[in-house]
Amino acid sequence: MKSIKFLIISLLIFLLAPIKSYSLIEVDITRGNLNPLPVAVSPLSIDETSKKSFEGLLKKKDIGAEISSIVENNLKTSGLFNPLSKDAFLQAPDIANLKPRFEDWNLIKAQALITGKVTNVEDKLRVEFRLWDVLAGKEMMALAFTTVPTNWRRVGHIISDKVYERLTGEKGYFDTRIIYVAEEGPKTKRIKKLAIMDQDGANNKFLTLGNELVLTPRFNPNSQMVTYLSYFRNLPRVYLLDIETGMQEVVGDFPGMTFAPRFSPDGKKIIMSFAKDGNSDIYTMDLENRIVEKITNHPSIDTSPSYSPDGKLICFNSDRSGYQQIYVMRSDGSNVKRISFGRGIYGTPVWSPRGDLIAFTKLHKGKFYIGVMRIDGSGERLLTENFYQEAPSWSPNGRVLIFYRETKTNDQGEGFSAKLWSIDLTGYNERMVKTPTDGSDPSWSSLLNN
Amino acid sequence: MKLDKILKNLLLVVLACFALSACATKKVSTSQLQGDVYTGSDTVEYLASGVPDRVFFATNESVLTTASRETLRKQAAWLRKNSDVTIVLEGHADERGTREYNLALGERRANAAKDYLMTYGISSDRISVLSYGKERPVDSGSNPLAWSKNRRSVTVKAN
Repeated sequence: MKSIKFLIISLLIFLLAPIKSYSLIEVDITRGNLNPLPVAVSPLSIDETSKKSFEGLLKKKDIGAEISSIVENNLKTSGLFNPLSKDAFLQAPDIANLKPRFEDWNLIKAQALITGKVTNVEDKLRVEFRLWDVLAGKEMMALAFTTVPTNWRRVGHIISDKVYERLTGEKGYFDTRIIYVAEEGPKTKRIKKLAIMDQDGANNKFLTLGNELVLTPRFNPNSQMVTYLSYFRNLPRVYLLDIETGMQEVVGDFPGMTFAPRFSPDGKKIIMSFAKDGNSDIYTMDLENRIVEKITNHPSIDTSPSYSPDGKLICFNSDRSGYQQIYVMRSDGSNVKRISFGRGIYGTPVWSPRGDLIAFTKLHKGKFYIGVMRIDGSGERLLTENFYQEAPSWSPNGRVLIFYRETKTNDQGEGFSAKLWSIDLTGYNERMVKTPTDGSDPSWSSLLNN
Repeated sequence: MKLDKILKNLLLVVLACFALSACATKKVSTSQLQGDVYTGSDTVEYLASGVPDRVFFATNESVLTTASRETLRKQAAWLRKNSDVTIVLEGHADERGTREYNLALGERRANAAKDYLMTYGISSDRISVLSYGKERPVDSGSNPLAWSKNRRSVTVKAN
């Protein structure tokens, strides 16, 4: 599993000429984008010798076209870009990469153009790409990577992130993974396994066998560690799993159920609930010195804790008012304040990586909503309504939420399914995230190439 | 002629409405619910003759109803007679709540049953508690009756 460590042998930024006062294209991501930017993703050109060698190495006929289709798919699913049909392209990929004929690209209404070239350099994959502003007739960015050939999908994601960042001014989220619970079987005897996949659904892999119930996996923001709940030996406990080595261990030594785990932003602590005698409180455990601290002390249910990105505050779910509501406190448990006051009940608060918002699940009049509010509870905005949906998780740039949805069954109990969905913070671009089996409890990783 | 046809159609529509509403009321007016607590016996199993294995709860609640307390007293009497038996109280919630909160709620429900058994002389040494939250419904329907069957604490023999 060493190959996960991305070996960028060289990352050259060339031709980054100082930008003059041309009004270069920009994509506004703060509002719903009803007119996604038309972009032409020219297939990365590849010479015959390199093509043959990569076909042998990767069993892919044209690795240049494969990488550009990853870019195309990423840009499309972001909802911010509209990749144009390749049938309309007039210029050959190799020529376009040298010097695009902007009139031709303008003719098919492309505003941005991505070109590039793939070569085999001593059995390494070398990829260069360029981003062009068609209207201004300017190169906006040019980059080259060299890596092991098996990393080809990640190269596509990194190019997508660079393009997204250059055009929106914010970091992308394509070179990331999703950990989730894969589900199969009848609703009354569901079999659940931990699974991990690339953000675009590729490279799906099961991490457990399904012998015991597993729930709520969450990534460490700084490493390939995951924390989750397992019913191993019918003892529901929070576990820690290293997805590179497969090593796992129980977190702490609690005489009862521990659940709802998350990492602190520095990745050094796990915060979770511990249930004892009918009462759930929030605890932390330091992963280095194993010191356990009790954070809340209240006879009500306190659960679903999530740290603010600076680690100073914690939002959590409590029914101390009689019903589930969202509260914020200092990380030592002091200064507890309720922040949700709208109609209905609120659960699963999760702090945005940007720090300014808390995403949540809300139940009101028999409908479930995914929404966001500011950290003082103001500005509540519901993004999507459904029969059942919950557990949002933020993309690392805080622009997209992934969550899961369950269908209503008929009176014979048939027709149940659970699927992952994503939606932009703007409330637009709602999409089902395809998984090989049913899925729930998604958690989005940080950018792998940070 | 025309009017006759219209009236006939109207009559059909009225009859259809009647049939539909009759169906609908049949489903809602189930005698298996009191408030929204399940009082039927569809899913109930027996630890011994006359000793039901489970108790049911109202939405979001962990308060024991009169019927639940009666069931638990029967369980306590049976447990006193069979002093070598140890039990697991499995607490469950319906699907209409967030997963993590439901884990806590299932634990709270099972503990409500545990506390009651303890007041009737059953030692806590013989009782362990396991919450499944909403993970193990007995009825896979998405309707109030199914949900009421799933909000439960089940006493399971552990040895």
